[in-house]
Amino acid sequence: MMNQPTLDGSPYLPKWAEISRIEKLTESEKLFQLRLSNGKPLGHKPGQFVEVSVMGIGEAPISISSPPINDNSFELAVRKVGNLTNAMHGLGVGDKLGIRGPFGTNFPTEEAKGKDILFVAGGIGLVPLRSFIKFVLEHRKDYGEVTILFGARNPSEQLFLNELEEWRGRKDIRYLETVDRADGNWKGNVGVITTLFSKVHVEPSKTICVVVGPPVMYRFVIMETKAKGIPDTQIFLSLERRMKCGLGKCGHCQINNIYVCQDGPVLRYSDIFGLEEAL
Amino acid sequence: MELQKIDKHDLGLFVQNLINNFQVEGVKKKGQSVYGKSFFYGSITAPDELCLDFDCTTMPPKKYFFPPKEELLKFTIGPKSEVAEVIESKPFIIFGVHPYDLKAVGQMDKIWGEGNPDPNYLRRREGILLIGVDPTRVSPRSFWGSMEAASVSSGFDLMLTDLGESYLVEVGTDKGGNLLKKYAKARPATKEDERKRMEFRSKMLDMCKKKALTFPMRELPSLLNNSHGSSLWDEKASKCLSCGTCNIVCPTCYCFDVWDNVELDLTHGQRLRRWDGCLFSDFAKVATGENFRENRTARYQHRFYRKGQYLFPKLNDAACVGCGRCAAYCLPDIADPVDVFNRLKEDVK
Repeated sequence: MMNQPTLDGSPYLPKWAEISRIEKLTESEKLFQLRLSNGKPLGHKPGQFVEVSVMGIGEAPISISSPPINDNSFELAVRKVGNLTNAMHGLGVGDKLGIRGPFGTNFPTEEAKGKDILFVAGGIGLVPLRSFIKFVLEHRKDYGEVTILFGARNPSEQLFLNELEEWRGRKDIRYLETVDRADGNWKGNVGVITTLFSKVHVEPSKTICVVVGPPVMYRFVIMETKAKGIPDTQIFLSLERRMKCGLGKCGHCQINNIYVCQDGPVLRYSDIFGLEEAL
Repeated sequence: MELQKIDKHDLGLFVQNLINNFQVEGVKKKGQSVYGKSFFYGSITAPDELCLDFDCTTMPPKKYFFPPKEELLKFTIGPKSEVAEVIESKPFIIFGVHPYDLKAVGQMDKIWGEGNPDPNYLRRREGILLIGVDPTRVSPRSFWGSMEAASVSSGFDLMLTDLGESYLVEVGTDKGGNLLKKYAKARPATKEDERKRMEFRSKMLDMCKKKALTFPMRELPSLLNNSHGSSLWDEKASKCLSCGTCNIVCPTCYCFDVWDNVELDLTHGQRLRRWDGCLFSDFAKVATGENFRENRTARYQHRFYRKGQYLFPKLNDAACVGCGRCAAYCLPDIADPVDVFNRLKEDVK
């Protein structure tokens, strides 16, 4: 009955991590660079998440926005939206956060090797997807054609502006962007993200498509990927849920028989398309 | 299988000896409820407080393993913030647990022990001895006869059966056997006693068939698989108060919330977990405001699917033991699994 050997220590006890850099991304989003105080790497893979604590405020699941980096740092890009994220936005360099994890499944870094990749990011969906995009760009030779589609509500909500600028200029990837509503300075595409699909040619059999965005976006993007003939088995999504434990117990992230904190957040579309409530 | 027996007039002595040496929790009587006498688990300080002739307790014994509220961490706030884990356990005995509740405890052992083992549950569980008792009465809403939970062959330290003049005692573990040896006037049972127990159990099973599923419980996953579009879900859920009572009284519901409490000195605090329920309106809500089970039907349906289908592969069993507490305590009376499942069965015919 009892699993004695793994009972040492509470899985709820966070490790400390120190904030080494803070960058304001937009009016409501900040990027936090962190390092574990024990000097060890976090040991994550692109697409995983951590449970972040501010003692006395609480804990929330936050996706890791950076690929594994050899200086042991990792990045969390956080929108100020709830109790914990509001508290995080009040912290400064040198302050400490509690970290548990990494938890969950990762983006298909191995499966996508040698294949073309179509990244589709909506709004802050770029935050988790960035970990995989940067990973692929660091290992560019391992992957085929790389296309990035990024949609934001308006130009002021675009994140990671320096990186977007770099992607615009890169010859070895295709980067297309759109905004739902333009402002005076915007010269690019206007419209929802699905309007970019007509500008993209893919070879469906050798394309891995990775989609992260608000829940409403998935259905429409998947209609486009179907139209392009990309098999459901080659489409990966990252789902947002309120994981309170990260351990597959508390029930908050359950979608039918799936616990998003353990079986996800990265899920293959063909594994979930029949589930009620998933999308 | 080791079978002993204790004469009924010697049971008080056994209980008193246990009280003298251990903390003993057991079933007590608490006046009348709308469903008849109300029974609950509480501390036993004298043998005559213990009631073994109960139909069903209001709350299951899960509170002993998984308290309604418990500390996970203690911390201090400030520049030199410190945090430490809290894992509590103390040994005690629970006296008087019906087979369906023992079955539920077995399921919880599996749930909390597998995957990422939960030390808070498991340490507490290790310290607890369970003395089971076969039911002598059936609650009007119970249907454990349909849920393979009328009797159990494991999951207890001792298991008592009322044979009239005496209690037959099955020894489930060495710890249970030692209790009996040290503290009870017990003697080996006879083949005749064992036969009587079989007879008694089959009589009780018959009594529990007044309220029963019209089909084998193991068909639940496929039945639910074919019932997504049933009109029953909206019909029942339209009366749901989203009060979560069905979750709270359920011996196999184990969802929880985690939150921080800060003391008035604003320096010390605790991270706690408390029971949560999937029927509460904000259970699946995320910080941005998106609620993945916003309407009552989705939440109501989720609970029945979780009991009858979602957890089935993990447990190789339904996550419902047929105690009927959800049915008994649901104010609009829409939570009865027998009503729901039998109606779905009718509808798919």
